Amino acid sequence: MKRRLLAIALMLLMCTQVTHALEPVDYNSPAEEQRFKALTAELRCVMCQNQSIADSNAPIAHDLRAEVLRLMREGKSNDEIKRYLVERYTEFVLYEPPMHGGNWLLWAGPFLLLLGGGFWVARVIRNKSGAAKTAVVETDQEW
Amino acid sequence: MIQRLLPLALFVGLAVLLFVGVRMNSGKDTSAIPSPLIGKPAPALALPVLPMPETRLAPADLGGKAYVLNVWGSWCVSCRIEHPVITELSGSGVLVVGYNYKDPAEDATAWLQKFGNPYALVIQDLDGQAALDWGIYGAPETFVIDAQGIVRYKHIGPLTREIIAADILPALKGAQ
Repeated sequence: MKRRLLAIALMLLMCTQVTHALEPVDYNSPAEEQRFKALTAELRCVMCQNQSIADSNAPIAHDLRAEVLRLMREGKSNDEIKRYLVERYTEFVLYEPPMHGGNWLLWAGPFLLLLGGGFWVARVIRNKSGAAKTAVVETDQEW
Repeated sequence: MIQRLLPLALFVGLAVLLFVGVRMNSGKDTSAIPSPLIGKPAPALALPVLPMPETRLAPADLGGKAYVLNVWGSWCVSCRIEHPVITELSGSGVLVVGYNYKDPAEDATAWLQKFGNPYALVIQDLDGQAALDWGIYGAPETFVIDAQGIVRYKHIGPLTREIIAADILPALKGAQ
């Protein structure tokens, strides 16, 4: 039993090691580290599209992290870095697509649905309460 | 009556939406990202040439010629699968340039010697830095570049005879 627990504990330890297997980065300052981490978390890995390039172990994510850091150190702004990546890999790389073209539907869609649903629910409730009142009147008459 | 049919209508609407969505994506590699380079000038091929006896060209000679750029690596399993198709394409007289991606020269040379070299020219991108300008994110990937140096077409994943007939050859025809 003890042995098994130990084995499980060791396996769990290995799991945490795997998730931190990304290459170490020598940051110049804590501010740089913070900006780098925030920026790479906003960029989507092109190979494994359910991960950001901050999380991914794919070789291309490694290359893109290095490129982002290089551009940051060249003094490029976050927007410039994003534009650089969009020019090469399209808006796929952005977790927050910019609001133009058909993208407004992505942004406004949920609110439009919520609004429509709200109206519908309000109408149903109003109709139902109206129907209930008439029903009460009818039973009154029967008595 | 209309009130009663509303849920059914909503359901049918959703079902149609789902069906269209599935149909639009079936048979398509949904992980493939369209290239933003289509219709734009191809990035420079300022990369070292892998020395092979079959090499017939230098990167500078590609100006004014339409060609197919095939990204591959000896580490890439799908490239091995794609290899006979690339050999056929190159054998049919199409100018095929190999883009050797993240591959040590010895491995690349050994791979080409073992399976045959279909490329008129192989350029080497060892660290994958230049690949970023092409929007390359894996192998195999294939581009068609026209005589004016404009990217006409990109395919992600292994080429098949069907893709060559349906997309590559028409793109090349328009590219001369």
